[in-house]
Amino acid sequence: MVFIRTKLKLYRKMIKSLQTGLLLATGLAGYMSFRCPVFNAPQLLAVAGSLFLAISGSTVLNMWYDRDIDARMLRTCMRPLASGQVSSKEALLLGLILSISGIGWALATGLMFGLIVAAGLFLDVVVYSVWLKRKTAWSIVWGGISGGMPILAGRTLAVGGFDWVGIVLALGILFWIPTHIMTFNIRYKEDYQSAGVPTFVSRYGIAVTRKIIVACSIFAALMMAAAAVGIGMYIGYLRLLVVLSIGLVVLSINSLLKPSEKINFGLFKYASLYMLSAMILMILV
Amino acid sequence: MKILARASRPLLFLMVLLAAYEVTVGGFSSHILATWAYTVAFGVLVVAGLALILLGNEVLEKPAVVIISSVIPLALSLGLVVDFLPEWQTPYIIFVLVGLGLIVFTRMRPSNRFKILILSLVHAVAGLIIFIVPIIIVLNGTVPSAWFVLVSIGAALIGIGGILLTLLRSGRELLNQKIIFSILPVILLLMTAAFVAGFQSL
Repeated sequence: MVFIRTKLKLYRKMIKSLQTGLLLATGLAGYMSFRCPVFNAPQLLAVAGSLFLAISGSTVLNMWYDRDIDARMLRTCMRPLASGQVSSKEALLLGLILSISGIGWALATGLMFGLIVAAGLFLDVVVYSVWLKRKTAWSIVWGGISGGMPILAGRTLAVGGFDWVGIVLALGILFWIPTHIMTFNIRYKEDYQSAGVPTFVSRYGIAVTRKIIVACSIFAALMMAAAAVGIGMYIGYLRLLVVLSIGLVVLSINSLLKPSEKINFGLFKYASLYMLSAMILMILV
Repeated sequence: MKILARASRPLLFLMVLLAAYEVTVGGFSSHILATWAYTVAFGVLVVAGLALILLGNEVLEKPAVVIISSVIPLALSLGLVVDFLPEWQTPYIIFVLVGLGLIVFTRMRPSNRFKILILSLVHAVAGLIIFIVPIIIVLNGTVPSAWFVLVSIGAALIGIGGILLTLLRSGRELLNQKIIFSILPVILLLMTAAFVAGFQSL
């Protein structure tokens, strides 16, 4: 019993529960933004379950592939794989089982839904982590595209095909991800540098990175507002979304004009809170 | 000293939730300008509350706090003027815009000797409107619920909050900084609760 509990605790760390939870929330929001699904509990469960497995699987596979980088970074050297608490074989097996079962469940739920989930996993693991992450700072774009897949998948399943709202929602996530990731890159710039991972901070400098964060925050806010209008969000919730979006943009501009570590990390936390709140509002419609 | 006390976070979070609720319901008015004025006021409370939770008390010492904290009474008073003193709407909109503009202008020049005068004048007018208008309209029966007077209590609390912020910024030792930091979240929560309860009574 203790063995299982210890293993589960380690696995929970490997799936980055907060990040997975946030991405899962986007997938559920994409699905429920079409209003009807709350009455379709089995399908809602399938969306939640398959996305949870696929996102967790891709996270574990990324962690498996990046275990050498993690071991060199102060922030990540105590992760289960990097610290040797979980063997690389075990992690690979876990990642594959989670990913395959997630995609399988997603395909069984809906062909297009499954294909988008599979594309997201492929972009995240193969294109982002394996191919580009160690080569170019621009890999973040592919990370962003893969991050937009859960919400697009959820929306596509609910609507029965692609619609402009789904695309705009995915673009909202794509533009939000640089705010989320680059603030983190700024905070841990030495870590990334010592591990040899190229980031916008190391390639173009902090000032340019902050400008990109501002631009991306503005675009993310605009995309979320456009999608909210497209969904037909209740005007009161739309007002709250506008307020929260203004907060995101103001905070990002503040981090550009008066840069400090505190504001930078505050922006990182606010961006996560913003995305979660936006997704809840999309679900409430 | 500047790290937010653990007890302050739930209080501020509750304040954020109350203010967010008021943003979603849009006050009590059917007038679009008043609705947006209330949205701005409570929206500022939402974002400011989140900033306080995430960044800590340090944000209170930023120069922009003076400007941002002026927006709340100005926007609330504008909403009340639009709803209950419509004949004063146009001149008051001009007052709000000019007042806020002057506060921003004088704050950009630290040596400006009129900055205290302008800030006090603008706050006094806006504060008096939020304090007096609800009392008058409750007394003369313009609104059906006497609970609307809670808005006046909110105005009194916003005044106390303003004084605390001024003490903090002046650096005078009339009240210990630690005490101010521990009182402020309580004042902010009570103020927001009073405004929300007052507005929802209609």
